[in-house]
Amino acid sequence: MRNLWIFLNRYNAFFFFIIFFTVGVILTIKNNAYQRSITVNSTNEVVGEVYQNLNVLKKYLNLGPVNDSLSAENAKLKTELLSLQNIDSAKAVTVTDTANKPVYTYLSARVIKNSITLRNNVITINKGRADGIAPDMAVISPGQGVVGFVLDVSEHLATIRSLLHKDAKISVTLKKSNALGILVWGVGNSDFSKAFVKEIPNHFKVSLKDTIVTSGFSRFPAGIPVGIVTNTAVPTGDNFMSVEVKLFNDFSTLQYVYVVSYKYAAEQKELEAKLPNE
Amino acid sequence: MNSKLILVNIVRWFVLLLIQILLLRNLSFYNMATPFVYIIFLLLIPFGTPNLLLYLIAFATGLTLDAFYDTLGVHTAACVALAFVRILFISVTMNRDGFDEPEPTLGNMGFKWFIIYALLCTLSHHLVLFFLETFRLVEFSYTLMRCFFSVAFTLFSVVLIEFIFYNRKMR
Repeated sequence: MRNLWIFLNRYNAFFFFIIFFTVGVILTIKNNAYQRSITVNSTNEVVGEVYQNLNVLKKYLNLGPVNDSLSAENAKLKTELLSLQNIDSAKAVTVTDTANKPVYTYLSARVIKNSITLRNNVITINKGRADGIAPDMAVISPGQGVVGFVLDVSEHLATIRSLLHKDAKISVTLKKSNALGILVWGVGNSDFSKAFVKEIPNHFKVSLKDTIVTSGFSRFPAGIPVGIVTNTAVPTGDNFMSVEVKLFNDFSTLQYVYVVSYKYAAEQKELEAKLPNE
Repeated sequence: MNSKLILVNIVRWFVLLLIQILLLRNLSFYNMATPFVYIIFLLLIPFGTPNLLLYLIAFATGLTLDAFYDTLGVHTAACVALAFVRILFISVTMNRDGFDEPEPTLGNMGFKWFIIYALLCTLSHHLVLFFLETFRLVEFSYTLMRCFFSVAFTLFSVVLIEFIFYNRKMR
């Protein structure tokens, strides 16, 4: 026993290393798992507070570009409103669900923490469970383009798994041919304005400058513009095509986002859970 | 360890973490090289710190960073790996019984010793950091490339900071 103690004490650096390193790796694995039970992250109260305060400063520095984007959006909305008012009411058909309520609702939120430099980027916003945000909701940017999915919520804050994350996958279609694909940031891609659409069936012809829009299959409303095709000759190892896409939204200047609340999210999830596993 | 040294280290911890979280988190070159300058705090912990204490400090520092980076466990493991390499390197290169100098700074230890020390520590930290962050081997070469560029960037910053703040003690 004494010899064992001497042995342990002599190589204590190594044994301590094993213990602490294992704890670190276990934390990483737990954090990678779907359920994130430990809240040592930016939905944590202290951490969230720091980022909130820092953001007061950043907000002022970015007032110019934000104003521009808001006024551009305003103009777009006004145009749409005008065109809606001018529709002949006798012919107008509104497609709503049976209860006559909109299926998607947008909640506006301010970005209080963002990163674009990591392999897995996470955004934190200043709205949380109290404002009706739940995990897995889609997040889009106010101008054009998609941002990601809600990862985790606390009472007043929420984290978003940005598109710039290894696990982010969004179902999209090509506007001209309606071919389905999956939008990912991509392996070995370090450019935050670039992404890839994978798994497009080979028989489709994809043209440059074609617009990519959301398909409506993954919590995003259908038809949100995502980006334009910049390169169609991306080599793949399988029977599908990949294309390179230039994203419409700029992740580095993201200030406000819309969280999309889909009315039947819970219902759809419940229904799909009944399917046998593939 | 006297109280002045402890105070200096606490102040250094706060300043470096603030710089890392508020400033350097937003900085990178083409998303290839990302600096993690806060590890200079772990490099400069005084000689003679008990191993357990050193690991605890490294663990706590990593955990704090993780909270702000939303990468629970990644920085923690990386900092612990750095502490291990630090202990090994110091035990191999230094006389175990008496330390002439209180801290392993550039000015105290000389350029050659410090650059090898910093390189090994940074390399171990970044390797663990980038591979745990990616967490899959498919992107091996890309991750390795990002890792080496970041090591160069961090090492450059660390040596630069050392030259600016500790040059006057140079013998």
